[in-house]
Parts: sequence; structure tokens; C-alpha cells
Amino acid sequence: MIRAVIVMNDKGKPRLVKFYEFQPVEKQQELIRSIYEEFYWVVFFLQDARLVYKTYATLYFVFIFDTSENELAILDLMQVFVEALDKCFSNVCELNIVFNFNKVHTILAEIILGGQVIETSSSEVVKAVEESYRCSSSNSSFTPVVN
Amino acid sequence: MSGGSSLMDSIFQRSLEDLIKSVRLHLPGGEPTVISKALEEIRREIRSTDLTTKAEALQKLTYLHSLHHADMSWAAFHAVELSSSAFLPHKRAAYLAASISFRPSTDVLLLLTNQLRKDLNSTNHLEGSLALECLSVICTPDLARDLTPDLFTMLGSSKNLVRKKAIATSLRVFSQYSDAVRVCFKRLVENLESGDVQTVSATVGVFCELALKEPRAYMPLAPEFYRILVDSRNNWVLIKVLKVFAKLAALEPRLAKKVVEPICEHMRRSGAKSLVFECIRTILSSLSEYESAVKLAVAKVREFLVDDDQNLRYLGLQALSLVDLKHLWAVLENKEVVIRSLSDADPNIKLEALQLVMAMVSEDNVTEICRVLITYALKADPEFCNEILGFILSACSRNVYEVIIDFDWYVSLLGEISRIPHCKKGEEIENQLTDIGMRVEDVRPELVHVGRNLLIDPALLGNPFIHRILCGAAWVSGEYVQFSTNPLELMEALLQPRTNLLPPSIRAVYIQSAFKVLTFCLNVAFLPNEAAYSSSSCPINEYSASPSFAGHESLTDCEQDEFLNLRVLSQSVKAPSVKNGGDTAVNHVKTSASLPLRNDILTQKSADKMFTLVKTALAPLVGSHEVEIHERVCNILGLLELTQNEMTGCFSREKGNFETEELKAYETIKMMRNAFSEEIGPVAVSARDRVPIPEGLVLEENLHNLETICGDVQFPISSSFFLGRPHSGERDGVSFFNRPIIEVSESSNESTLLTEHRKRHGLYYLPSDKKEVVSCEYPPPNDPKVQDDITDDAEDLVKLTEQSLVRKKKPSQAKPRPVVLKLDEGDEISVAAEKPESKDDMVSGAVRELLFGSDAIPPSTQINSSDKLSSKRSGKVSEVNENVGNVRKSEHRTPSSRKSKHHCHGKERESRSSEKNIELREENGQSNKQKSGHRHGRHKARQRADGIANVVSQTPVIPDFLL
Repeated sequence: MIRAVIVMNDKGKPRLVKFYEFQPVEKQQELIRSIYEEFYWVVFFLQDARLVYKTYATLYFVFIFDTSENELAILDLMQVFVEALDKCFSNVCELNIVFNFNKVHTILAEIILGGQVIETSSSEVVKAVEESYRCSSSNSSFTPVVN
Repeated sequence: MSGGSSLMDSIFQRSLEDLIKSVRLHLPGGEPTVISKALEEIRREIRSTDLTTKAEALQKLTYLHSLHHADMSWAAFHAVELSSSAFLPHKRAAYLAASISFRPSTDVLLLLTNQLRKDLNSTNHLEGSLALECLSVICTPDLARDLTPDLFTMLGSSKNLVRKKAIATSLRVFSQYSDAVRVCFKRLVENLESGDVQTVSATVGVFCELALKEPRAYMPLAPEFYRILVDSRNNWVLIKVLKVFAKLAALEPRLAKKVVEPICEHMRRSGAKSLVFECIRTILSSLSEYESAVKLAVAKVREFLVDDDQNLRYLGLQALSLVDLKHLWAVLENKEVVIRSLSDADPNIKLEALQLVMAMVSEDNVTEICRVLITYALKADPEFCNEILGFILSACSRNVYEVIIDFDWYVSLLGEISRIPHCKKGEEIENQLTDIGMRVEDVRPELVHVGRNLLIDPALLGNPFIHRILCGAAWVSGEYVQFSTNPLELMEALLQPRTNLLPPSIRAVYIQSAFKVLTFCLNVAFLPNEAAYSSSSCPINEYSASPSFAGHESLTDCEQDEFLNLRVLSQSVKAPSVKNGGDTAVNHVKTSASLPLRNDILTQKSADKMFTLVKTALAPLVGSHEVEIHERVCNILGLLELTQNEMTGCFSREKGNFETEELKAYETIKMMRNAFSEEIGPVAVSARDRVPIPEGLVLEENLHNLETICGDVQFPISSSFFLGRPHSGERDGVSFFNRPIIEVSESSNESTLLTEHRKRHGLYYLPSDKKEVVSCEYPPPNDPKVQDDITDDAEDLVKLTEQSLVRKKKPSQAKPRPVVLKLDEGDEISVAAEKPESKDDMVSGAVRELLFGSDAIPPSTQINSSDKLSSKRSGKVSEVNENVGNVRKSEHRTPSSRKSKHHCHGKERESRSSEKNIELREENGQSNKQKSGHRHGRHKARQRADGIANVVSQTPVIPDFLL
């Protein structure tokens, strides 16, 4: 299964952190730092873990997973995720991810759930995300609008 | 809080976006202030009765928790509260907060149960999705138990979107609550036949996870998986199915035969690298008996290896490492690529290649491979340099130095490695130096020589990384001082002023070694008189006490001016040594070859000097706060006190007074010497287990109190010690290291270093009454062509592996391999059998019951289950035991690394390498020395697998699914 998905920028600032098994915040922090600092020599404290990363502009996409996933397939999955982000934000950049904390999590949740891959087509992902957000905006008619 | 301020909060609340902006715009270093201010706001806002305010506050908090690691455990209840909102964005925010921040111990977790159930059954599938997402992360046994019926309903949902999410969630629920399997399993299996690809993919994914833990239970589903393997065109599904078959095929040979062809077909036809790689991995790891399939896989591996994409190159190397023991030809065919990969830009590829190269090491090529690797190490960056050194050390010491024939070479290689600037393997080298000293008797002279070269170099003391090596060198030099060419020089080295740079524990070893050297010198000084005396009258016992005496090959022997004197002396020595019998047979050869020279070791003048040296160097340490140092210094000074007076007399006696026996000091020295000459042998790892536990001793007692007691105790090896003169030390070290290692004779260089040092610290040295000539009996293993091009080396290695990997006749060894002391069962690893996790057992137990047993067996009757069931169980237990033997050994350590730490660079590799070790290790138990170790070990492993398979085919329960 996929253990964690981390997106960070080239300065080591995390932009998206999602663990699929509970990890204390301190441990998450430690892991993120060790990935950033010794990118090539990561010593895993998650047992039996593998790590695949890919750079898109200023962002590093890091997937941590175990032996039941295929390394190259995960690379493809990363592409799916990035494509979905690109379609949702039309020409995604780091700032989109910074300012859309919730939506990025929603997008990711349509691709991976509980560490399992549930969708591999970016257009299906975008469809599901849009549906989810459309419903919420239609619902919003009977709630007070703030600001 | 008043309602008024709550309203103000709602109106002037900062949104998440405002918060993110303010965090981004803070002044340098101001981030903590901004965040703590924001948290203050959030604490106020989150109590608002207005759900929108609350939701916004919770979102901000989740953001700060997730990306800035703020604590949000206090807000758990607010998340639960908000989740009941009918408004979807609120619900989303609440569930996101819960899934990110809840831990299994969160106390309000159970309050969420009802809301989750309500949302799972909601008509709005979006709410159901949100609840599933949350449940898949925070699921606990309680939640799993309560929500299993709802999950069951959702597994049959008509909406694919919901169903695949429910399937993915079920994995987590199963792992928490095994009875859920009984309820949901059938529906899960039905989903394998779904028309929706994503649903099938999710289901196969779940089965893949389950089967990895306990494959046997899923054997009955093999026909389903086979159908998917043949029919599906979706790479994701195929990859997962292949992973399942990799496990199942290992258990059932008939199944392997059935799937191998479809897998090869995929490998040939598919354009997707991921699928091809999975096929390769499956075949190489689980279906390696099928020659043609392996051939095809290796051909595909080759395509990977020469690809431009570094990922593919890396995976290609990884695939090769799966294969290397079973089909050596696969590695051989690709060895050029492997060796070229050592200089790849990608560190992971280099590492992987290094592993493969070290796997090729055999006793025929170990010298050459090590030589080339060391030239690589000298040029590599510090990290990779240490990787290489670590690999060399572990490969050479593998299975009690199995591959080493020429120990003299290996010991000088260790000396060489110690001088590599980036070397941080001090501990390992120390262990090996002492271990080899104890195990291999023949190598001791060379060992002492290497140790002396290390000790004598003042510059090395400045480098904290090699302190441990020096410690080992000091120990061997003291323990085997009889092989030393010049004990006085050794003494100077052990007591040189710069030893104050050493940590106290190592300094104590130095002092102890100095003690041994002193005892030895004094003993020898007394001896010649007696020898001369007794050789003419009666037999002497003293020789057997110091058989080593004859082993002196003083280099000064060769000097012309002393030649005449020596001849006279040699006669007196030869006479007694003949009487000694077989014990010292080895030494005899040396005695006759060169001429021992006692009087040069200790003349009266030099003895005085030595006494002065010891006193000057050690007297200040009497006041040391380190007990180890203090005690040893007192010992050595005490001995000195005792003997010094009579010693003077001893020398004056030389003119013909032979009443040595009456000297008390002599008796003392003799006793000391006797004590030290007793051999220290290697100790079996399991030796400690054989010591009976004293009564009243409670082992494994919780020792956490110890921390409070020892809290302020400083452990000896600390860098703080180094603070004294860090700069000068560093500089010395560096200046030495920067010196090119092109030395025609390394000894001459050292001598100049020593003379330089002498000049500076003349006070501490004896006057040199003879020329410093040190022979270099063995050429350094590392040819001084350091500056060569890296490609040259690669070609070199390619060539040499070409020669040595092809198993030709063994070249006749120049020297016979010396005896390596092994312990009968001591070098075996004691295996602590551990039962595997019981939780997985429970899941697979439940699955087993569903798939094998009649559907009628309800969970409650499980205890009185039929014979059929119990026979199955016992079959499984035996298999588990076998596996335990196989796997749990991975914790083993070789005796040489008893104290060694784990070098952990990625679990994957570690476990793999230890697996290799296991096979070798097991073999050692059976036969003492096997040349073709690898193959044999593999063969055995296969037999064992067959054995398991036989068990399977014998049990009547598993039907013939595919035939």
C-alpha cells in the first residue's frame, strides 16, 4: 500500500502531507526533514518502505510505499495526480497548492484512499472533484454567507 | 466568552487564505510568532456557535497542524461536532481534520461512530465518500466492529464511485477487526467479476495486500486471478495480480507451471515498462525454475540496464540482484554494465552496482576487486567512499573470512583502509583487527607490523574517526608484542604525547599495551643471561613461557656492523630452542632465518631511557579522573618501581654473574609474562547463553530507572575530549592526508614523520641508537596508480571479473591458506524463534474458514472444528516454523562485528544482504568449508521450498484448482 504522499518545494517546505497510517507529527516532521536533507541517502524508519520522487518545476512529489506497489506504476500515478491538479487549477503552480489546502486533499482522496489506488484516470478524478464541489455550492444557497 | 465577541469573531475572522498569506509574509524568523498568534485566534473562534466560523477555524487549525506541526489534539471534539453539519463543506472540513489529526488513542473517536454510520447510509453518495475517506484512516477495532454492517451494504452499492471506495476501506477494517472478513468477504470476491475496471482494480489491490501477508489462504481464488491475468488489459490490475501470483506460485508448483506462459506473453507484448518490470520481478523471484522464462526476463533486464532513464537502469540492477545467486550467468552477461554503473551519476545506481560487484567476490578475485574498489573509494565522495569500505569489510569478513586466502594481504589492506581520508569505519576495522589476531595465528607478525605502522604515525591521532582503529592496533601490538621488530619503538608510539587526543577508554588500552610491552622487554632482558647459563647446564622452562621470544626478526639484524656479534648470539639461542619441541615449530623457522637480538632490545642505557620514558609519560596520569587510566598507570608504575633497582643489577651482572633466579623481580616479571602469554581466543556469540543465570537475577526487567541514575554519566567516547587542540590536530591530519599516497616505500615516509615528531618532542623519545629501517615485507595491496582515470579502473575490473568469474581451475596459491580458528557451533547464530504477528493470522484464519471450510461453520463452532480444519492448521504451523528459521536469522552478527552497529541504508537492501548471509551461514553449519557456497545454498533453499510444496500437495484440503 501507499504509506504517504508528500509534496514539498525545493526549499524543503512541505506543501501537502498525507499519511495513510497514523504517524505522530514529530515523526512526520523528522521524515520530511530527512527526505529533504539527505535526499539520496534516506534512511527509512518506516519498515520496508520504498520511496519514489519526481520534480515538477519547484515542487517535489514524494510517494512512500511498500512492496505491494510497483515503482514505475507509482511514477505513473504521480503523473495522474499532477495532471488532475493541472486540470483543476488550469495550469497549476506552487501557489495553487499553497492556497488550496482543502481542494488538493480532495483531489488526492479521489486517487488514493486508505493507501489503495482507486482511480488512475485524471479526467475521472476531475469529474468527481467537480461534482463534489458543485454540490456544495448548490447547497450553499441556504446557508449564510460570511464576509 | 460573551456573545458579542463571538459575533465580532465571525465578522472579522480571518479566512484560511488570509492565514496562509500572513504566514508567508512574516519577517524572517517571525513564523513562530505568527503561528502562535493565529492559534490564539483559532482557540477563540472555534468555540463559536456559528458553524461557518467554526469550520473556518477548524480548517485553519488543520492547515497549521498538517504543514506547520501545530498541536490540534485539543480540538478533536470540535471536529466531531462539526461533522454533524448538513452542509457538505463543513462536513468535509470536519472529516479532513479528523483523518489528519485523530490518533487511535483519541478519546472522542467513538463519538464519531454514529455520525459515520449516518453518513455511510446517506442517500447523498458524497457524504458516504467523505465518511469512507475518514474511516479508512482513523479506523480502530471498535469503529470497525460497529461499522462492519454498513460497510457490507456499501460494498454492494450500485454506484461504482462509492463501491471502489468501500472496497479500499475494507482492507483497513479487516486489519482492525478480523470478524469483518466473515461478513464482507463474499461481496468482496463478487467484485472481482465486476464490469468496472476500477472496481476490479481496487478489489485486486485489497487481495494483493492480504495475500502478501498470508498467501496460502487465498489459494482457492487462484482461478479468478488466473482469469484476470489472461483477460485483463489494465496494467494496474495486472501488476497487482502478478504480485499475488508471485506469492501463490511459490507455494504451488502446478500453479507456477500454469501462469508462467501468460506472464511471458505479457512480458513480450506489453509496452508498459511497469508491467514488464513486474513480470521480470515475478519470474526472477518466484518462477526461476523455468529456464526459458528466465532467459526472456534477463533479456528484458538488459534493455532496462542500457536505457537512458536512470530509473530503469536502477530497477534493472535491482532485478539482477534478485537473480545473482540462482543464475550467475545472468550477472555475467551484464557485468560490464554493472561495473560501469559504479561511476554512474546517480548514487542509488552506484550503490546497487556496488552490491552486485560485491556479490561476485570469490576467493580468486577478492584481491583485485578490493584493489579496484579502493581506488574508487579514494575518488568518491565521503558517503559513497564509506559505503564502498563498508562493503569491502563485510564481504571479506563474511562467514569467518571465507574468501580470504592471504591474510597478510588482508591485514595490510585494513591498514590501507584506515588511512583513507574519509574512512569512518573505525569500529568495524578495530573489530576485525582483533578478531583476526585471535583467530589466525600465522598472520600475527604482519598484524603487529601493520599495527605498528598505524601507531607510530602521530598524525593519525588527530583524526577522531580512526581512534577506534588505533585502539585495535594498540591491542594487537601489546598482545602479540613478541612479533614486534622493535618493542622500544612500539613503547614510544604507545606513550607519545599526542595520545592525549584519544578518548580515555582507548587511552586505557594504550596504557595496558604499554604494560605488556614493558613486561615483555623486562622478561627478555632477564632471559639471555639465564639462557646462556642454562643452555650449558640444565634445560630451561622459561622458553615455553615465552615461546615468542624466538620470533624476533629484528631488522637491525641485517646491519653489517652488528653481524659478527649476532652470530655468536645466535648459537646460544638456537641451542635452547631446539629443546622446545613442537610448540614453537613455526618460530624455529624464523629463528634460523634471521637472527634474534636480545641485547639490542634492552641495553642498560636503553632500559634507563625506557624507564624514564614510562615515568615521564605516565606519572602525570596518576591523578587522572578516569579510573581505567588511573588504575593501569598505577599498575605499570608499580611494576617499574619493583624492578628498576634490580634491573640495574641485572645489567651489571652481564659480566659473568649469573644469579638471576634469586632476584624477586625476575620472578614477578616471569609471572606477569606468563599471564600475558596465555592466548586469548575468539568467543562464540552464543557463549554467553551457556552461562547459567545466577539465582535472584531478573533479566528483562524494566530498566527505565537507570536513566535517572546514569543521566549525567558521560560515556567514554565523546567528542568533547577533542576540544583541547582541535585545530592543530585537524591540521596535522589533513596535511598528512593531502599528501599523495604515492610512496615508494611507505615506511620511509613514516620514519620521516616520526623524526619530525621527534624533533618537536625530543624529550619524550629515546635517543636513536640505531638507524630506522623498516622492511616492507608485503607490497601494499593498493597499487599507487591512484590518479588513473576512472574508466581505466572500470575496464580493469571488467577484465578481471571476466577472468575470475568464469569458473576456471583455481590458480595455484602462492601460500597455503592459514588455519582460521572457528568455533564448533559458536559461529552459528542462535535463532530466537518468534511467532509471526497474530493479527494477520486472524484475518487469514477467517478467510481460510470461508474459502476452505464448509460455509456452515459459524465463528462460534470454530473451536470444535473438524479434523480437516485442524490438519490444515498443523500443516500451516510447520511451514511457519520453517520460515521463521529462515527469516529471523537476519539479526545475526558475525563474531567480528559483535559490537558493531547496524549500517542501515534502506531496509530493503539490508534485508536482502542478510538473506544472502543466512544461506551462507546455514551452510557453515553443515560443512566447514565449501567452495561453491552460493549455489549450494541456493539449491538447499529450493529444496526447502519444494518441501513446503510437498506439504501442500499432500494435504487433501487444497483442491486442484487449475488442472
